[in-house]
Amino acid sequence: MIGSKIRTVLKYVFIYFLLILFIIPFFLMINNSFKTTQQFTESPFSLPDNIDFKNYVDAFNKMNFLDGFVNSIIITFISVALILLTASMAAYFLVRIKWKVNKAIFAGFVASMIVPFQAVMIPLVSIYGNMKLLNNKWMLIFMYIGFGQAFAIFIFHGFIKNIPIDMEEAVLIDGGNRLQSFFKVVLPLLTPVMVTVMILDILWIWNDYLLPSLVLLSPVQRTLPLSTYSFFQTYSVDYAPLMAGIVMTILPVIIAYVFAQKRIIEGVVQGAIK
Amino acid sequence: MISRKKSLKNAGLFITFMGPSLIAFTCILVIPFLYGVFLTFTNYNPVKGTKDFVGFANFIAIFSDKEFMTQFLKTLLYVFYSTVFCNLLAFILAYILTSNIKTQNFLRSGFFTPNLIGGIILGYIWKFIFANVITQLGHSWDFEPLKTSLLTHPDRAILAMIIVTVWQYAGYLMMIYIAGFVGIKKEVLEAADIDGAKGMKKLFYITIPSMVPSFIICFFITISRGFMAYDLNLALTNGAPYGSTRLASMHIYQKAFQANQYAVGQAEAIVLFIVVALVTVTQVMLTKKYEVEA
Repeated sequence: MIGSKIRTVLKYVFIYFLLILFIIPFFLMINNSFKTTQQFTESPFSLPDNIDFKNYVDAFNKMNFLDGFVNSIIITFISVALILLTASMAAYFLVRIKWKVNKAIFAGFVASMIVPFQAVMIPLVSIYGNMKLLNNKWMLIFMYIGFGQAFAIFIFHGFIKNIPIDMEEAVLIDGGNRLQSFFKVVLPLLTPVMVTVMILDILWIWNDYLLPSLVLLSPVQRTLPLSTYSFFQTYSVDYAPLMAGIVMTILPVIIAYVFAQKRIIEGVVQGAIK
Repeated sequence: MISRKKSLKNAGLFITFMGPSLIAFTCILVIPFLYGVFLTFTNYNPVKGTKDFVGFANFIAIFSDKEFMTQFLKTLLYVFYSTVFCNLLAFILAYILTSNIKTQNFLRSGFFTPNLIGGIILGYIWKFIFANVITQLGHSWDFEPLKTSLLTHPDRAILAMIIVTVWQYAGYLMMIYIAGFVGIKKEVLEAADIDGAKGMKKLFYITIPSMVPSFIICFFITISRGFMAYDLNLALTNGAPYGSTRLASMHIYQKAFQANQYAVGQAEAIVLFIVVALVTVTQVMLTKKYEVEA
């Protein structure tokens, strides 16, 4: 009995030790964002003398935080909304209309999921660069819609397949068309799986760096990851404001996580398992 | 007449439902991919304005490019070690967190947090930890190995990449393993108890074999993400010191956009695609095989 008690205690000690190791980077970042650069390099673990938001004001102005934040919000939310709409409609068509070509189209979407971004990056820049369509956030949104299709269609396809057709027949017999039956019957049923895809896509687009770095060239168009990067390149000796910049950048995600952690974790895991 | 009306209606239906999706997908993925394959057989260079057919010259250039070969090997090494340690740690975490532990929801959320944050930000957080915090500890403990930053050491800087990758993905894989642990049928575990299987024996003969699907998913995620790693690489080391941590994706990026060797860069990207595709196809086949047996 005593042996098993010791084991339980050891288990808790071990797991909380690991948790502290996991969380310590975040603690250090927040802790040091309130210090001067000198205090910070001398003793990164000591607590700040007083809570001073000077670094935050500094970082906010130097990295054009507001621009980056607004751009990130616009690009993420418009892209995700349009991915959800276009992909769910396409998946519905591919499931419900039994054309031979639909099987081939679906197979094409699924196969495309193994293409890494790097394999299309160079031609993408060269094609749309030649057409002078880069440096435009609407082009970036269009690209996200293109890249987001395959996975979303794959998930929606699997879900719509299991919706009994009788539910729609009521609408179709009443003289409704396919659009009505999609929006009135199928779309409401899709809500849980939509939330899964939405969470994954928001995390992907909000944090994405490589694609926007190739498309958005002028500073006013930068998303948050881009402005963080340029901020670090320009002010690389002034550590303390950099920490404040990082804290501000991840704060929106952490706040969302606190309120919806169960949903977010579930969504990410569901997306991986399917 | 009727059939014509019907096919017109069908065409309308196709355009409404499939149109936006197919147009975006074709413009962004299909055309660039095919054009990209075409470019690997040319000496495409938008700076010089050339695009002549050169056969397999770009692929031959890759295999005689010593730098690419060493950096590709480095990538393999990075993928191998980060896959092993990520999965090991994630499995241990999942094992402990499903063993009747209190506060497990709190612990899960805590371990999962690094996944929510992009590679660029994670890279900068850790850059500061390796360069300032750990060296500071080395000095105050007077412990020689910690006094110089891992990031300045050509042989060991890749270790920093592996450490941060493990930290980033362990909590995510942990959640998948937890789903695997929870999914093992109660009857199987009870039967094992009755047969007297305990502790380690139960773990190795019952639990691990019934979690093969979770292992396949997790290995696949770590391997394919490892090959595509870019953001973390850029923010944490940017290839330094002396290009010793420049992984495949960064090599391709710099080849094309900084050295202006677009066609060779694209050929390397296609090689990367083939490697990732092989890994994925293997994974799908393994999953199918397992499902048939189960």
